[in-house]
Amino acid sequence: MDILIYGTVNSVIYALIAVGFTLVYGVSRIPNFAHGSIYVLVGFLTWTFLKNLHIPYGIAIVLSLFLATLIGLIIYRLVLIRLRGLPTSEIIASFAVSLIILEGLRMQGIAGFKGFIGPFYMLPPFVDGKVRILGVFVDYQRIIIVAACFALVVLLWVFTHYTKMGLSLRAIAQDEHAAMMLGIHSDRTAMTALSVGSALAGLAAVLILPLGNITAEMGYKVLIYALAVCIIGGLGSWAGAVLASFVIGFAMKISTALFGAMWESVVLVGTIILILLLKPSGLLGKQKELEERV
Amino acid sequence: MKAESRRKKRLDRSIKVRTEGLYALSSWAEILYLVLPRAVLIFGLLLIPLFLDMYWRRVICAAGIYALLALGFDFLAEFVGLVCLGGAFFIGAGGYISGLLNAYAGWPPFVCIPIATLSGAVISTLILVPALRLRGIYFAIASFMFPLFAVYIIIALSAFGGTEGISALDTLPNQWSEIYLILGVVLISLFGLRRLVNEDMGLILRGIKDNDQAVRASGISITAYKIKAVFIASLMGCFGGAYLSHLYGWLGISLFGMDFSILPIAATVMGGMGTLAGGVLGALILTPLSEALRGFGQLRVVLYCFILLLFIVYKPEGFLSYFQRKYHQFEVWEEV
Repeated sequence: MDILIYGTVNSVIYALIAVGFTLVYGVSRIPNFAHGSIYVLVGFLTWTFLKNLHIPYGIAIVLSLFLATLIGLIIYRLVLIRLRGLPTSEIIASFAVSLIILEGLRMQGIAGFKGFIGPFYMLPPFVDGKVRILGVFVDYQRIIIVAACFALVVLLWVFTHYTKMGLSLRAIAQDEHAAMMLGIHSDRTAMTALSVGSALAGLAAVLILPLGNITAEMGYKVLIYALAVCIIGGLGSWAGAVLASFVIGFAMKISTALFGAMWESVVLVGTIILILLLKPSGLLGKQKELEERV
Repeated sequence: MKAESRRKKRLDRSIKVRTEGLYALSSWAEILYLVLPRAVLIFGLLLIPLFLDMYWRRVICAAGIYALLALGFDFLAEFVGLVCLGGAFFIGAGGYISGLLNAYAGWPPFVCIPIATLSGAVISTLILVPALRLRGIYFAIASFMFPLFAVYIIIALSAFGGTEGISALDTLPNQWSEIYLILGVVLISLFGLRRLVNEDMGLILRGIKDNDQAVRASGISITAYKIKAVFIASLMGCFGGAYLSHLYGWLGISLFGMDFSILPIAATVMGGMGTLAGGVLGALILTPLSEALRGFGQLRVVLYCFILLLFIVYKPEGFLSYFQRKYHQFEVWEEV
């Protein structure tokens, strides 16, 4: 029972982390390596607003999500727009942006900035307390995460299927040239995708971070989980991403229960290698294997 | 509306055209024209250490390691089409194997380094084999994850010295052997790779980069060739790692650190992708620069990411291609 409930919670967390990355990649074919760093940045921004500037929690969250959207926009407008269609440069550039943000957060001694180092940055949970579900104690924050994730998936589905902006995102993802002929601006759409993706990373951050400390190193971990989910599920496939996060979530939870927490990452690597060997395009990858990936 | 009325016209220098064939051997000027850039690099590298003090010689050693990684990255990215963001994995594999052999079996560095180079390359290649069926960003993503996973696994199992690593390994006998060992290996790999990419194998590799289906249709196994290419790149990386652990007499999880993944990439982009020598040049510029900024701590990484970003956005051809153009061509403005 323990495994079932906490496995579900963990899986939902991975899905939440990966959903922004999948969105950006699915639409603009840009692997947003800055995903993890935006996640951490939003955490620290919210913390700063909350603790240093004494802004109420709700407003602080909204403000930092807004900033995350803005950062996504800036990254696209300043850097990635010049590199569209050069996959190698896109990877390297977004990787560089990610490192600038992450290592910049750890930087010390410039203009009295102390750097976010050490384990004493925490966001308070939205609602304190625990509840007993089927004999297992679960705190409210985890329940909020699960609920928020389901709401988010539904919202995103509505957004991509029924709004004009969402439909144009999907159109660009399916056939860029045809979409451009119908008057959909390719760059503007990709910019939207990147800022929405960044906002999703930020949303994941404010939901998940109250469960633990914020550290800059987490950026790499988050990025890895997002990438792992996308590789296992098949890049650009929504259902695949959700399925993969459940596979990873349960695989890691079960292995922890059986062998101990230290085997978690070994199991993750093993799963990735196994999937790559058996089905290179991922569980539900839509790419035709011969043309796109092999 | 007045359109652009001037444009830059580039023409090959006549001496470049003349030196392209075998006839270059017929005049001293032409031989010199061909040999000069290579001689400047070789003798420059071999002579620099004589004019530096102890500390900066160490820096040149580190630059040599980064140069090897940059060569590997450039070779894989531009000639095989595999963008490998996990250079640190090669360093870590080589460094750990060599260091452990030295610490537990007590073998001297000159035995450990070759063994670690070979076995580390075999291991890294084996680990990357499942990912080789991917290409483009898929491979980049997969290769990016491996060094980070290696760190988690070492920390989690607290194997091989855990987070603290193992210190007091044997170092190389003296500084001159240290520095000329790495410089020699850099030069050999550089000219070896340049030869390789112009042989038949290089042609096939470039074919794989441009159109792998066509190569497959010609009855050539692309996976086999990719494995060979990755093996060559990881040989250089693992040598760098094995050498590094004996240079500082220490091994630890920072061998898998982000520095070893990002600095070679920055060096390659700065020097010019696809030129091979550009990466070496970039490493020789960037490493001393980052060493001079050691006092700034994490700002170093931020700084060379900025350099990387500026180069890739505004000057994607890099230093070396620019100099090559100036060397081989002259430019005139002409009216249109």
